[in-house]
Amino acid sequence: MAQPLVKKDDDRDDEVDYSPFLGIEKGAVLQEARVFNDPQLDPRRCSQVITKLLYLLNQGETFTKVEATEVFFAVTKLFQSRDMGLRRMVYVIIKELSPSADEVIIVTSSLMKDMTSKTDMYRANAIRVLCRITDGTLLTQIERYLKQAIVDKNPVVASAALVSGIHLLQTNPEIVKRWSNEVQEAVQSRAALVQFHALALLHQIRQNDRLAVNKLVSSLTRGSVRSPLAQCLLIRYTSQVIRESTNDTQTGDRPFYDFLEGCLRHKAEMVIFEAARAITELNGVTSRELTPAITVLQLFLSSSKPVLRFAAVRTLNKVAMSHPTAVTNCNIDMESLISDQNRSIATLAITTLLKTGNESSVDRLMKQITNFMSDIADEFKIVVVDAIRSLCLKFPLKHRSLMNFLSNILREEGGFEYKKAIVDSIVILIRDIPEAKESGLLHLCEFIEDCEFTYLSTQILHFLGIEGPKTSDPSKYIRYIYNRVHLENATVRAGAVSTLAKFGAMVDGLKPRIFVLLRRCLFDNDDEVRDRATLYLNTLGGDGAVVETDEGVKEFLFGSLDVPLVNLENSLKNYAFDINSVPKDVKTQPLAEKKATSKKPTGLGAPPPGPPSTVDAYEKLLSSIPEFASFGKLFKSSAPVELTEAETEYAVNVVKHIFDGHVVFQYNCRNTIPEQLLENVTVIVDASEAEEFAEVDSKPLRQLPYDSPGQTFVAFEKPEGVSAVGKFSNMLRFIVKEVDPSTGEAEDDGVEDEYQLEDLELVAADYMLKVGVSNFRNAWESMGVDFEHVDEYGLGPRDSLAEAVNAVINLLGMQPCEGTEVIPPNSRSHTCLLSGVYIGNVKVLVRLQFGLDGPKDVAMKLAVRSEDGTVSDAIHEIVASG
Amino acid sequence: MSGFFLSGNSCPAVKNILILDSEGKRVAVKYYSDEWPTNSAKLAFEKSLFGRTLKSNARTEAEITIFDSNIVIYKFVQDLHFFITGGDDENELLLATVLQGLFDAIALRLRNTIDKREALENLDVIFLCIDEVVDQGMILETDANAIAGKVAIQNMDASATLSEQTISQALASAREHLTKTLLK
Repeated sequence: MAQPLVKKDDDRDDEVDYSPFLGIEKGAVLQEARVFNDPQLDPRRCSQVITKLLYLLNQGETFTKVEATEVFFAVTKLFQSRDMGLRRMVYVIIKELSPSADEVIIVTSSLMKDMTSKTDMYRANAIRVLCRITDGTLLTQIERYLKQAIVDKNPVVASAALVSGIHLLQTNPEIVKRWSNEVQEAVQSRAALVQFHALALLHQIRQNDRLAVNKLVSSLTRGSVRSPLAQCLLIRYTSQVIRESTNDTQTGDRPFYDFLEGCLRHKAEMVIFEAARAITELNGVTSRELTPAITVLQLFLSSSKPVLRFAAVRTLNKVAMSHPTAVTNCNIDMESLISDQNRSIATLAITTLLKTGNESSVDRLMKQITNFMSDIADEFKIVVVDAIRSLCLKFPLKHRSLMNFLSNILREEGGFEYKKAIVDSIVILIRDIPEAKESGLLHLCEFIEDCEFTYLSTQILHFLGIEGPKTSDPSKYIRYIYNRVHLENATVRAGAVSTLAKFGAMVDGLKPRIFVLLRRCLFDNDDEVRDRATLYLNTLGGDGAVVETDEGVKEFLFGSLDVPLVNLENSLKNYAFDINSVPKDVKTQPLAEKKATSKKPTGLGAPPPGPPSTVDAYEKLLSSIPEFASFGKLFKSSAPVELTEAETEYAVNVVKHIFDGHVVFQYNCRNTIPEQLLENVTVIVDASEAEEFAEVDSKPLRQLPYDSPGQTFVAFEKPEGVSAVGKFSNMLRFIVKEVDPSTGEAEDDGVEDEYQLEDLELVAADYMLKVGVSNFRNAWESMGVDFEHVDEYGLGPRDSLAEAVNAVINLLGMQPCEGTEVIPPNSRSHTCLLSGVYIGNVKVLVRLQFGLDGPKDVAMKLAVRSEDGTVSDAIHEIVASG
Repeated sequence: MSGFFLSGNSCPAVKNILILDSEGKRVAVKYYSDEWPTNSAKLAFEKSLFGRTLKSNARTEAEITIFDSNIVIYKFVQDLHFFITGGDDENELLLATVLQGLFDAIALRLRNTIDKREALENLDVIFLCIDEVVDQGMILETDANAIAGKVAIQNMDASATLSEQTISQALASAREHLTKTLLK
């Protein structure tokens, strides 16, 4: 008898997939759920069925609406049972079923009863469930109980109410904000978690009130916060306060720094780490402030716990980017982490060492990285690539081994982001280290031989077209490029054709061979490829004669497209267009977008797209007015400038339209008085402070009814092509007529009236179009030094470097290039690249170098290159007079 | 639910808790963030995370990695793999504390025999433990004894009202009590 029993047991053990839920089936479980309706409830059985239902949901099974409703109603019956274990399962499944609003009503009374029960566990759980499924209307009914619960002497109940409050704050902030007295009291609780939850809620209630947060932080940093979690929160809030408060540079003391430093001696590692990290992330942290934080992180590096080592090395890695010398003390500990079992830790250790180490250790570190590159995830590989790139820029002599490393990993498996990071790095190295150019280009050529990403192939081909012809032996690249024409998809083939043409244009010796290759492309089966080949054959003079490529062709092939792509796209949608009619104006982009695109130095990145411009609309409007039609092409239209305060009787703003020899002011008027009708509206402009301008025409507005916008125009003549500036004072003149509000009819007689508007200024920036270039360095070099004008300026004391940079950008009204308008925090110097088109269609490039001179004084070196010497001088005048 | 994650507040947040078996199949999982909107997105995340961490030795000490721009801390015992996920700027030690709290609480409730079979047979305990550790992403409790205490079921309410029960119910409850004590 014993024999088979043992055997059976063995069977069970052998069965790998043994599970009490083996063969579980939704339909059957839903049938089983009928036991919930039994008059005599069996709590144990019911608990089991709920567990099965939860298991099904957990495995990703979904219930139909009908099924869910049926289960929910059955579950509500279980409130009759007094079995505590069952009740707990009921709470959990109600949360999982997330019933709809009309179903919630069924359980509300049961839950409200539990919420006022004497049993703590019921109160706590009922609060959590009720707050989870409730809506605003019910909340006002139970608010009283929740406020009591927050200060309940049982910590579980208090925590449940506080955490529910944190979630409810998202949907019903006005209600939760009324609880702040109770929450304040709970912050003083002796229970660790209650303190944590109360602090989190209190801060969220007050987070928009800087003063209140400040007060909260200063009182708590002095008192004793018991819970480590709450202490971590307090450290975060303190860092926020530090970030927002101005640093007292006189004494060099940072408010609350002592508190952060004190936390480094806390007994919980969690708190020590939070404080150390907060210190390393302080704005403009000094090495004196850093030292204690680095010391505790260094101790963590040799911990037996991987999590601790990881946290420490990750933080030190970030510190090494801005303060490499502060981390060098940890180098010995870092070295031992290179062989860490956890590859994430090893990678972070190596990349940190790459940033802090010296030239002699590079080769050894490279060897170690190569060993485990294949084991780590793409995210970390990108970290390594970034580290190598900056290392190579730091030690250009090491470019050979580093470039080899990059080309090796380029050949291995990897996703798009990773490959792009490698290619970008190689491109940056080629640009910045002349000796690395030839080997780098060859590596890229080899890569496109076997590259699965069309985007990367075309970008590399484009780059080859620019850099390849300038090398000592351009012919060796032709084979790689022409292979693309045979083996790739149409997009890459078209790119390859363009690249071939560029070689032909730049290297006269190669021309005949290029012509042969291009002619073969005429038989390609793709339209774009054939079209390009034909176009290039014609522009390069493909009749076989070896002639010097003329400048126009070079400009066509290499010049950057000076219209933003979005504008071009809009014009293309209208199909028939002339390239000269595409507006050249780039609208200022929202800051967030700029940040995102300028986060990393991109080697191949295109300038970010801007929203479509309104210039089209203006141009249409102006050309429809016969008086202005003779002014020629609209050069630029400014953003509207308000000439009245908000909420006045008449709202007026002005748009400045700049033509070559004229300026038109477009006054957009709005009448905000329902009882008035304005007629014959004009703006009387006094140009006595703008000597070079003479009024030539004005176009009054016949009628301006209530709340419907209208425009009146005034045109001035000015010397052609000159950026005349001046100040204009404006007076709105009109005839006012009373309107009967009941009938909407105006009286016949009106009264003449005037309304003073604010002054309007025409500044130099109005003559500058924001036009980006895709590759500033190329554009700068091709512009040449003929009309270069360099000078230095002292900008005096400024709030920050960023403020100074923005002021100059706004003064000049030019387009920042390559993300250089973003200034990394704590930098003491910055280079900003600007480009634009000045009136008269003169391209202008500006290189601004800023440096901090003393604590606040900003000095600036301004280098301008343009196609016209007088324009270069004019730019300097703008800066000198601004 | 997503509001808690989107509000940009500086409160520590847990994005999910996963307990998988030695083949990467679900034993119990709980997602708090909307980052994985569908079941297939969740399964894909579990599958690749499991594959990535399979080879590591997370038996004595919890291990850690960055995965899809998230911090994941994990710990294995027998044929069970425990994971906790948080944002990539979360305090790693804090997340580790939450995972340890959950892990120890389950160990306490299952009397230190933590394996897949035991977990599945006491799945209600596992669900309750997870429910007591994190509420919609917010850390509720990290102390293992406190969690286990909350999950423990002292059915005092039922015994207090013994008089209200019918004889058969009382007998059933007594029988149940007896089997429970015998099984312990």
